[in-house]
Amino acid sequence: MATGIEPSPQAGATGVQDASRAAIPARHLRTDRWWLAPAVTAAGLLAFIVYSTWRAFANADYYHAPYVSPFYSPCLAQNCETMHGGPNWELFGSWWGLSPALLILIFPLGFRLTCYYYRKAYYRGFWASPPACAVAEPHKKYTGETRFPLILQNIHRYFFYFAILVAGVLTYDTALAFRDEHYNWGHMGLGTVVFLVNIALIWAYTLSCHSCRHVVGGRLRHFSKHPVRYRLWGWVGKLNERHMLLAWSSLISVALADFYVFLLATGAFDDPRFF
Amino acid sequence: MSAQQEVKQSAAYLAQFRVWRGDPDGGGLEDFKVEVNEGEVVLDIIHRLQATQAPDLAVRWNCKAGKCGSCSAEINGRPRLMCMTRMSVFGRDETITITPMRAFPVVRDLVTDVSFNYTKAREVPSFVPPAGVAPGEYRMRQEDVNRSQEFRKCIECFLCQNTCHVVRDHEENKGAFAGPRFLMRIAELDMHPLDAAPASGLDRKATAQDEHGLGYCNITKCCTEVCPENIKITDNALIPLKERAADRKYDPLVWLGNKIRRRE
Repeated sequence: MATGIEPSPQAGATGVQDASRAAIPARHLRTDRWWLAPAVTAAGLLAFIVYSTWRAFANADYYHAPYVSPFYSPCLAQNCETMHGGPNWELFGSWWGLSPALLILIFPLGFRLTCYYYRKAYYRGFWASPPACAVAEPHKKYTGETRFPLILQNIHRYFFYFAILVAGVLTYDTALAFRDEHYNWGHMGLGTVVFLVNIALIWAYTLSCHSCRHVVGGRLRHFSKHPVRYRLWGWVGKLNERHMLLAWSSLISVALADFYVFLLATGAFDDPRFF
Repeated sequence: MSAQQEVKQSAAYLAQFRVWRGDPDGGGLEDFKVEVNEGEVVLDIIHRLQATQAPDLAVRWNCKAGKCGSCSAEINGRPRLMCMTRMSVFGRDETITITPMRAFPVVRDLVTDVSFNYTKAREVPSFVPPAGVAPGEYRMRQEDVNRSQEFRKCIECFLCQNTCHVVRDHEENKGAFAGPRFLMRIAELDMHPLDAAPASGLDRKATAQDEHGLGYCNITKCCTEVCPENIKITDNALIPLKERAADRKYDPLVWLGNKIRRRE
């Protein structure tokens, strides 16, 4: 009897049309709109890539007291705008002539690029591997995440550690948003609300990460010996169930926060102040 | 005729079916019109087809209750259990296409040779009993076994194995890749509070990557989508197993931590 793992005469080239399988010429027989989800996902990600690339390279209109765009925080080069009490940290000195956003965005970009949800999204949406369940992929060969470069997806946890630091800085920026344009404390505007919503979503997305779930307790075999970590693991697990939702909502909120600062900085309108 | 019988009779209709018929030498989709009654599932219709029009139609089934995992097939291109797919989810004028699972060698009609899965099952080293604890003396806390118990709901219908593109679209990967069902089994054992594999020198975290092809999984979640038991295979088994493999193979900090203080 066949064990089912002997290479067939046409192994590797045919997938569902392999000679041993049911002779069905079609790549798939799905009748639902299976293409809709990957198409919407790809369109959404593409829109963000275009917007964030434009804003990251613009090197302008990212600060309007007291708000700093999350794309430019912390600002690590000397060519940053001076932000009173803000996240200026001139680690890179004066030799850096490009946009300072490029220095910091590598970390959130790496975090999202290696994120378990986004991997699913772009493998399906951009690489069609697979385009949808039970829809044959167009590639002749597949090695997944077994070799370079995709084996680097395993460093996701390090980007998670950096993401915590970045979220900490953005929390500081949100605290700074409780000042007015003259840097006096105890004020609040519409921008403060935008920043508060954004930082809440950023933290929720960061803490719902699968690596976070593993680090806080998932790696244990005996939860009963670690009751605090077990409880933390349970909380992160509840957030983790909404990881996709949080990934999208935080992606949109960070773009909106940046766009809000851009509108203020270009003088499109004045920040409505509550007090 | 009673009122109830009249209602039953009026609810019946003829549905258009396309069923794959053939064997390893070839075959194709054949058209049938079959009576459908209220409350029926796809497997009921296949049985009616067998009883009235195609007595030699081959189909594997057993419990008709979604618990034996025998009647796996593809219905309108989607991997599903025929006994758990209600006819009411389809429009009355819709043509319903039924084929065998397309990742495994076909035997005849809707029956496939799923022995690939049994081969893979044998490749996973079984539970290693702890030393000094006799059978019957095993004691575990509920919170320590909750995770594994979710995976024990598996009915081995092999729909996840069938839909996983790693082997469905790439026959050549069948040798190297265990598939979601058996990677889940490895996760279950690695999370088992009494499994003594580490003490016996077996590192399930490392072998999941090295010997069972965990790296092939690109977590696109089709296994989770098709699971009739709603096991969160990707989020609760495969990704935690990937993180455990990363602990062993790609994280020098964890390696150092384990050297300094042995953690379990």
